[in-house]
Parts: sequence; C-alpha cells; structure tokens
Amino acid sequence: MRISALDVTKRFGDFVALDGVNLEVRSGELLALLGPSGSGKTTLLRIIAGLDWPDDGEVQFDGEDALPRAVGERHVGFVFQHYALFRHMTVFENVAFGLRARPRRFRPNEQEIRRRVASLLDLVQLGWLADRHPNQLSGGQRQRIALARALATEPRVLLLDEPFGSLDAKVRKELRRWLRKLHTEIHVTSIFVTHDQEEAMDVADRIVVMDKGRIEQTGTPQQVYDHPVTSFVHEFIGESITLPVVVAGGDVRFQGQPTGLDPQGVADGAATLFARPFHMTILPAPGGDALQGSIRRVHGIGPARRIEVALGSEPAETIIEVDAPRVQQWQVGQLVRLRPEHYRLFPKPD
Amino acid sequence: MTDAELAGQASARERQPARRAAIRHDADPWWVQWSIIAVAVLFLGSFIVLPLVVVFAQAFSKGAAAYLAALRDPDTLAAIRLTLVVAAISVTSNLLFGLIAAWAIAKFEFAGKNLLVTLIEIPFSVSPVIAGLVFVLLFGLQGYFGPWLKAHDIAIIFALPGIALATIFVTFPFVVRELIPLMQEQGSEEEEAALALGASGLRTFMRVTLPNVKWALLYGVLLCNARAMGEFGAVSVVSGHVRGETNTMPLHVEMLYDGFQLQAAFAVASLLALLALVTLVVKTVLEARMSQE
Repeated sequence: MRISALDVTKRFGDFVALDGVNLEVRSGELLALLGPSGSGKTTLLRIIAGLDWPDDGEVQFDGEDALPRAVGERHVGFVFQHYALFRHMTVFENVAFGLRARPRRFRPNEQEIRRRVASLLDLVQLGWLADRHPNQLSGGQRQRIALARALATEPRVLLLDEPFGSLDAKVRKELRRWLRKLHTEIHVTSIFVTHDQEEAMDVADRIVVMDKGRIEQTGTPQQVYDHPVTSFVHEFIGESITLPVVVAGGDVRFQGQPTGLDPQGVADGAATLFARPFHMTILPAPGGDALQGSIRRVHGIGPARRIEVALGSEPAETIIEVDAPRVQQWQVGQLVRLRPEHYRLFPKPD
Repeated sequence: MTDAELAGQASARERQPARRAAIRHDADPWWVQWSIIAVAVLFLGSFIVLPLVVVFAQAFSKGAAAYLAALRDPDTLAAIRLTLVVAAISVTSNLLFGLIAAWAIAKFEFAGKNLLVTLIEIPFSVSPVIAGLVFVLLFGLQGYFGPWLKAHDIAIIFALPGIALATIFVTFPFVVRELIPLMQEQGSEEEEAALALGASGLRTFMRVTLPNVKWALLYGVLLCNARAMGEFGAVSVVSGHVRGETNTMPLHVEMLYDGFQLQAAFAVASLLALLALVTLVVKTVLEARMSQE
C-alpha cells in the first residue's frame, strides 16, 4: 500500500514536533525514518498509524484520506519499542488477540485461529514458546512475538517504532537481518523508526533523514551516504571531517590561507567543509595550495591507519582525523598537506 | 589443582561466613536482641492481641447461646443488614469512580490534574465527623437543600442515602490510590496495541486494562470495604441513631454498650473483629499475588 503524508504539522504546546512534512512511501518498500531523538520521527509514525492526529495536513492510504479512520480501522500493524505485549496473556493469546477482536462475522473459527497463530509463530521461529507468558521471554523473543502479533491481522502496512532499541547489540544485529529476510518474504509496506544510522543503512530500501520536525533528505542508503544534501545529513550519517572555512571571491580559505578548492557554487561568506576521513590525500609539505598541518598522533592496527593532523596555528588550531595508506611511514611532528578528493561545502547557517 | 585441594578451598570458604556470623553475634549481645524482641512482642500483645481476645471473651462470657441470641436480636439483624447494604453501595460506587478517576489521571494529560490528585486524598486528611457535618449542612433541615428536599419528601439525612453518602466520601481514596501508581507505571502502550489490532474500546478495557490492574483493584476494594463497614464518625453524624432503622453495626455496638448490654455489645463487635481478621488474611494473599506480577 502507498502512504502519503501531505504537509503534516504537529505541535505539543510550544514544541513543533513536525513542521510541514511531506512523505511518499512506496508500496512494498521497507522505509527507515532516521533521526536524532526529538526529530519527530516517532510522532510521524504514530500519526500514520492513527495513534496521534496532526494539527494540520493530511495522511493518505492509496490516495484515500486516512485521518477520519481510527487506528483499529486503518489495518496497520504496530510494533512498539518496549514490545507492549499483553502481560497477563500467553504468547498464543497475544498473537491470537487481533483475530479474536474481529467482529463476529469476520472472525475465524477456533480451529482456524489455532492454525493461523501456529503458522505465525513458525514464521518468527518461536512455536515452542506458545504457552509462555511475556515475562518468561528474552527481549529478542518478545519483539519477535510482538511482530507476529502485528502480522496476525494481515495488516496493509507494518509500522515499527524503534523495534530494536531496547535490545543488546548482538541480538539487535540478528533481528535486523531477520527483519530484512522477513520483509523479502512477505513484502508488506513497512516503515521503521530508528536513531541508529547503521541499522537504517543495513535494513532499509530507502531512508528518510529527519531533524527538528523536518525531512532533510530522502533516498537510498547509498544516495544519502554519498550525496548528502544538507550539512546535517553529512554529519549525522557516516563519519565526517568538518572544517570551518570562508568563501571569498571564488576561493575557499581556511584560516585566511587559500586552499585551492572549488567553492561548489556557495556564495561568499562563512561555510563548513565536510569530507569523509578516507577521502583525504596526505601529501608531503611544503607545496602548493592545500590544507597545511602537522601530524599529532599516529594510531590504528590492522589494515586501517589513522592520523591526527593539526591544521592551522594556535589558538584556532583544528585537529582532524584522516585515514592514511599503510605503505607510507608517518612521523609525529611531520609537516603535511591534506587534499580532499571529495568534499562538500555548505554555507554556515546564520 | 587437584580435587583434594579444590575441596579444601571450598570448605575453607564455607567456614568463613560461619566465623563472621559468630563475630556479629558477639557485637549484639543476646540480651540486647532479646529485650528488643520482647518489647516489640509485648507492645503488639497488649495493644493488638489482648483487645482482640477481650472482645471474643466478653462476647462469649455468657455462653454460646447468649452470643447467638444477641446476634439474633431484630435490632442487631437490622444493623447488620444496613451495614451490608451501605458497604455494597459505597464499594460499588467507589469501584466505578475509582476506575474512572484513576484512568483519567494515569492515561491523560489535562490542566488541573495535580489538583485532582490532591483532592482525591482529602477524605484521608479530613476528620470523618467533619465529613458527616458537611452532609448535614448540605442536606439537613437547616441545610442548603433541606427545605427543597423536605418539600419533595426526600429523606437524605437520618436515612440510608445520607449514611451511604458519608461512607462513600470517607472511603473514596482507597481504590483510586491503589490504581493510579500502577496504571501510570504500565502506561498506555498495551491499550494502544489492542486498539491497533482492531479491538473496540470496551474490549480493550475488559481484556487488557482490567486484567492488568485486577489485583490492585481487589486490594483497594478490600480496604474500602473494611473501612465502609467499620466507619463510625461520619455515619454517626448523619444517621440519627434510630434503633433497627438507621443504626449501622458500629453505631449499634455503641448504643448497646451505653445501655449496659456489655455482652451483646461485644457479640456484635466480635463480628467486626472477625471482618478485620478476614480482611487481614485476604490482604496478605493479595499482596503476595501483586508482588508476583
């Protein structure tokens, strides 16, 4: 099912949780809403689910206005960060709840319910836990049961709020892979909220990066990583080197010195240069225009070697960390030049 | 390391706590321990157990036949009936009010919420006599609604409605107090999950909310009931003490006692004492269940 959010705005008192958000979720895709806490991602998910209502804007399911419908009428499956399993029911009854809650004429008979629950428990590979209570399960098991429960009603869309947020690192990684696999099997339109960029990169078909109630960028993991369109996205996703620079007369200057870099169409004034640590070439100094500095520290074992370079002079010294090829020998104190092979300039916000 | 060495280490480890325990024993001499325990037991015995024994001893002082005769007295039976009716009314209404109030406070955000929480506790800090007087001021002959009630021939004060109102007021906090912290701790996620799965509001309440708070609810009801049956002050003000009509059990006990019918007074009192004992047992069971969940 296709989901559209049109100009969705939501305020909690003075706090603007969502500020005119427009989003298009394609049918059958697995989409990640990624952002720091307070970016509005969970609020957007809850509004799509029908657990919250926007102050302004519209939510459409397949082009049809969804807002007049309550959460129970939208046929969504919702998975909560803290599982929200019914604590006094067995695993079986938890999964069967949605089927039993149906109006009588749509309710499957007991035999059919048993069959459906059993097959869902098989799908999440936890059939042997059917008679347990939620407090007898591990976190990872609980979340898989929560997922089975959400899938029981055959939802048209699956919404997951930080589904792996309260699990430990190892289980999280396993479940991630498992969710990816499950999605390729059942192919239901799915949106999941996360603050973990690695998780989003790993699982999602497309990523929506959010900050302060706005969408910063939408794209495949590759696009978002390789071509961040705002400074926030560049910094939030992957490792970044940031340098305060000034664009003046078609030249990029760092601490007053010309760097020979192209300003990429950024207007004169203060700007920030972003680059990945592995996109910096280290050259022996002195030489032509480039970022000049001296090596402070050399560390790292295995294939990667990291070098800390102090750029500029005291007190405005900026220390950045770059990847360096192992074949070359670097000494602490050595003067070097750095040339970013790929970089992005963004004007500094006022 | 050989097995023998391991065993040796293990037994050394076992010996250690024993020695430490012995040292602690020396630190608190036996007579200190025993006198503290003795004071506690003596206090408990003279203030709790002894009165309880006296109640039953007095009740049966003229034999079991006299005991049963005292309970079969029509006025006593009327008092028991009234007490049960009042308790049933006040427990039922406080169960409903309590659930609604706790739900509102725990699951919604609204202006004046803190004020409401404070107001709910008022019956605990107000003397029951004052509570009774408030109802006399409102519904008594000289009260605000007195003349109107008189004109329409509705009796509240010195009748069942007044007694029930006073009891409801006094016992109001018991159920709410148990529910609010539990409901707040549980949050609304399970309800949201149930609604998202297509359950109706009623089904969500019956299948998710209620089972999640059932032990706390029963606990509140139990305490509410014990207090409702035992309430004296507030009821005394609004009842009018009409024998066989507006006397509840505690009032009836007082009346018998004032009339020098000691044995009868204690016979009725023994029923209230029995109620207290049963309440205590059920309370212990409920507490065990709640700590299990």
